[in-house]
Amino acid sequence: MSFASFEFLAFLAILTLVYFIVPKKVQWIVLLLGSVVFYAFAGLVSFFFLFFAIVISFITVQVLGKRHAALKKYLEDTKDTLTKDERKAYRAKHKNGSLLIVCIGILLLTLSLVYVKYLSGFSFKNGVSFGSGAISFGSTLLEVMGISYYTFISIGYMIDVYREKAAVEKNFFRHALFVSFFPQLAMGPISRYADTGEQLKTPHSFEAKEAWCGLLRILWGFFKKLVVADAIAPAIGAIVGKQLGGIYFILLCLFYSIRIYGDFTGGIDIVLGAAQILGIKLPENFNRPFSSKSTAEYWNRWHMTMGNWFTNYIFYPLSLTKTMQKLSKWGRAKLGVGVGKRLPVYTATIITWLATGLWHGIAWNFVVWGLLNGVVILISQELNPLYEKFRAKFPKLWNSAPYQSFMAIRTFLLMSLIRVFDCYCDVPLTFNRFFSIFYTFNIADIWNGGIMNIKVTATQYIIIAVGIVIMTAVSRLSIKRPLRETLWEKPILGNAVLALLCIAILVFGSYGLGFDASAFIYGGTFN
Amino acid sequence: MKKVIRIISFVCALLIVLGAVLYFGAVLQDARLDNREGHLLCGYYDTTDMHDVIFIGDCEVYEGFVPATLFEEYGITSYVRGSSQQTVWQSYHILEETLERETPKAVVFNVLALKYGETPLEEISRMSLEDMEWSGSKLEAIKASMTEEESLLSYFLPLLRYHSRWSDLDGDDFKYAFDKHQDITHQGYLMQTKIDPVDISDNRQPDDLLNVALPKRAIEYLDKMTALCKEKGVELILVKAPTNSIRYYWYPEWDAQMVDYAEKNGLVYYSLVGKDDEIGLDWSQDTYDKGLHLNVYGAEKFTSYFGKILAENHAIPDHRSDAELSAIWGARIDAYYKERNGEK
Amino acid sequence: MEKLIEILENLHEGIDYETCETLIDDGILDSLDIVTLITDINDAFDVAIPPEEILPENFNSAKAIFALIEKLDNI
Repeated sequence: MSFASFEFLAFLAILTLVYFIVPKKVQWIVLLLGSVVFYAFAGLVSFFFLFFAIVISFITVQVLGKRHAALKKYLEDTKDTLTKDERKAYRAKHKNGSLLIVCIGILLLTLSLVYVKYLSGFSFKNGVSFGSGAISFGSTLLEVMGISYYTFISIGYMIDVYREKAAVEKNFFRHALFVSFFPQLAMGPISRYADTGEQLKTPHSFEAKEAWCGLLRILWGFFKKLVVADAIAPAIGAIVGKQLGGIYFILLCLFYSIRIYGDFTGGIDIVLGAAQILGIKLPENFNRPFSSKSTAEYWNRWHMTMGNWFTNYIFYPLSLTKTMQKLSKWGRAKLGVGVGKRLPVYTATIITWLATGLWHGIAWNFVVWGLLNGVVILISQELNPLYEKFRAKFPKLWNSAPYQSFMAIRTFLLMSLIRVFDCYCDVPLTFNRFFSIFYTFNIADIWNGGIMNIKVTATQYIIIAVGIVIMTAVSRLSIKRPLRETLWEKPILGNAVLALLCIAILVFGSYGLGFDASAFIYGGTFN
Repeated sequence: MKKVIRIISFVCALLIVLGAVLYFGAVLQDARLDNREGHLLCGYYDTTDMHDVIFIGDCEVYEGFVPATLFEEYGITSYVRGSSQQTVWQSYHILEETLERETPKAVVFNVLALKYGETPLEEISRMSLEDMEWSGSKLEAIKASMTEEESLLSYFLPLLRYHSRWSDLDGDDFKYAFDKHQDITHQGYLMQTKIDPVDISDNRQPDDLLNVALPKRAIEYLDKMTALCKEKGVELILVKAPTNSIRYYWYPEWDAQMVDYAEKNGLVYYSLVGKDDEIGLDWSQDTYDKGLHLNVYGAEKFTSYFGKILAENHAIPDHRSDAELSAIWGARIDAYYKERNGEK
Repeated sequence: MEKLIEILENLHEGIDYETCETLIDDGILDSLDIVTLITDINDAFDVAIPPEEILPENFNSAKAIFALIEKLDNI
C-alpha cells in the first residue's frame, strides 16, 4: 500500500475513526492492529522479518533490564561491605556482560538486514560480479517492507536501554507497536524510544487542531510529490536513458534535487501528518535543508533522524573507542599534534559515511556517494579556519544577504552533484557525463526547444515552476512555526487553502493512468 | 463563534472540492469530442419503440448493419448496440440491460470479439463503459472490464482518470461540459461515406495463430449470453461479418470452433467471411479504410443480404403495413439519406 | 575549569564560553567538534566520556561539560 494512494487514505480514515471511538485504554491496540493490517498488504515474508526484529529486540531489552536491576540491587546491598574500587570493578565487569548481550542483539538484527538487502539474491551459479554498476550477487533481492527502518529503530532502542537512557517496555505487544508503528516504516523517520515510546502508550483525545493540521500536512505532502516531484520524473528518466550530457547534466542535477526533495519531504509530510491526526508527534526529518550553508549543516537538516542515528550509534561510539583514542595518542606522538587530533574524527567520519552509503543499498554508486559526502565534510572542516578569518575580517560582507545566499546555493549545487550518482547507478558513466559539461555544453538547447524533447511539455514546466515557487514560499513562511499552524488561526483562509490544495493535486497531480505510477523513491529503491 | 466559522468553512471547502471534482471531471471527460466513436451506445436509452432484432458487438456491427435499410427493404425493426472494440463481457452486460427494457425476437451477435480474453485497450474499453447509463449491468460490465491498474472509483469520479488532459483544454470544452451527447448514429449505425479501397499490392500474410483455442473467458461470457437469451425466449444468432483485412483476420481454426459451438448449443452461426460474391461486395468501393471496415455502400449491401436471411430463415415479421411504425421509421430513413447524400 | 575553557577556545575562537548556554542548540559545536573536544578532555582530565553521555544538556555550556567531567571522575 503506497502512501500516495486512495487505499492509504481510506485505511487512515477508518483507522482514525476506530481509534477515537474505542475506549482510550485500548487505543494502542488499534494502532498495533493497524500496523498488522498495513503489513499484511506487504506479504508474509515482510511479516516474518518484522516479527523477528520485534522478538529479538524484545528479548535483548528484557535481559538488559533484568541485569540493570540486579546491578542496582547488588550495589545497594554492598554499599557498606565493599570499597569504592571493588564496586567500580564489579560495575565494569557487569557492564561488559551487558555489552556482550546488546552486541548479540545488534548482530542478529544486522545479519537479517544484511541478508535481506545484500545477500538474499545470492546464487552460486551467477557468482559475484563487481562491475561498474551495482555489486550484484546474482538474481533479485527479497523485498521486505521497511526493514531498514525498523531494524534501525530496534537497534537504537537496544542501545538506549543498554546505556540506561530509555525505559524497558515489559509488555511484548506494546514493544511490538513501538517497533512497527506503520507510518514510519516506508521511509522513516527513524524514531528513538524518547520520541515515541511513551506517546504510543498514552491515551489521546481527538483534537480538531491536530487533525486539521495533520490533514493539511498530508495534502501538502501529496502536492510536493504529485504536482512537482513526479511531474519532473519523466525528464530525469529521459536524460538518464539517453545519457545526454552538457547542459542536460546540469539540468539532471537540478531536476533530481527537486524530485528527491519533493518526493522525500512530501512523503515524510504524509507520514507525520497521518501520525499527527492520531495525536502522535513523530520526530521531524527535515528542517529546510536547501537553506543550508555548508555540507555539515545540510546533513543536520536533511534526513535528520538518519543522521542522528549514525552520529549517536556509530560515529560517537566509534570515535571514542579505546582503539581510536590510542590511535590519536600514537598519532600525536609520531605525526604531530594536529594529525593525531584529527585521526579519530577522520577515520570515524569516513567509516560512518561508508556505512550510510551502504545502508542505502549495496552498489558502487552508494559507496562513492557516501565517501564523497564524508570527504566534502572533512574538507570544509579543514577550510573552516580560513572561513573564520574571512568572516572576522569582513563581517559585513559575510552577513550580507548575497553572500549568505551564495553559500546556500553553493551547498545546494554541491549536494546536487553528489546526489546525481543515484541517477545513473553507474560510477564511471556518471563521471563521464559530468565531464561532458566541459566539451559539449549545448546551452542553445534551452531556447531552441531541446529541453521540450525530454518528455515534459512547456505547460508542465510552468506548473512545476509554480509548484517550486509555492514550495519555496511555504518553506520561508514556516521558519518560526509551520505555516499550517498559522493558517489554523485563520479558518476561512486556511480552509480556502485546503480546498485549493485538493483541487490542484487532483487536477495537476501525476497519478493514475497516463502517468507512470511512481512509488516513492525512498520507499522503493532506497528501502 | 470561531469554532462555528471553522466548521462552516471546512464544510464549504469540502463542498467546493466535491463540486470541482465533478465539474472538472465532466469537462475533462468530454475533452475528446472529436472522437465519433465515443457515443454509440447512449442513443438507445432515448428510444421508446420496440425492436424485433438487436445487434450486439464491435465495429463490425455498428459499421455493418443498417437498421434503415432493414426496414426499408424488409420492414424489420432493429437497433444496433455496438461499440468500439466491445468485448464479450461488455456485450453480455449490454445485452442484459437491453433485455431488461424489451424482448426482441432475435439477438444477432458478431463473434469477432471472442478473440479477446482480456480487455485489450483501457481507453477504448472505457469509451464503451462510460457511454452506458448507470445500472447494475454497467457496474458489472466495469468490474469485468477493468484492467489491473484501474480503480473502480475513477468510473464514479472521471477526474481521477482524465485529469492529465488539463493541458489540452480549450474554451469550448467548458461550454459544452454538461450538454447531453448528441446521438450521431442511425439506430446505432455509424455512417462512413468515404471510399478508400483495399490495396491490392499489399500481399502481407496473417501471423501464425499461436493459441488456436479461443480464450476461455470469452467463451464463458458467450455461454452466459446463450443462457440469458434462452431464459428470455429470444433467439441468439451468431454471425461473423465480412472483412478484407489482415489485422482483423478471422482464422479458419476459430471459425471451426464457432461452428462447433453453435451445433452444441442449438444455435445458428453465419460465417460471412469470403462470401463477397454472394453478398455482392466490391472491396475497391465498399470500404472506407482499406478493407478493415465497410463503408455505407458496403454496409447496405451486407444488410440487404443479411435481412433476407432474417426474414426467410428466422421469420422476422414485416412491419411496413403498420402505419404508426412506418411513420416513425420513415422519419429515420429520411434522416439517414440526408446524411448519406451529404446534406448534413 | 580554566583548562576546559582553553580547550574550547582552541576549537573555535571568539565565543564567550563562560556565559554561552547554547553551544549545541545553536549549532556552535557540531559532531566533529564534539569528538575533538572529548578526545582533548579525556587527555587533559584523565577521564573517559562514554558515547551515551553525549547529550545536548551535557554539552550546552562550559559549566555543564565541567559538571560532566566531575561526575565521571567521581563514580
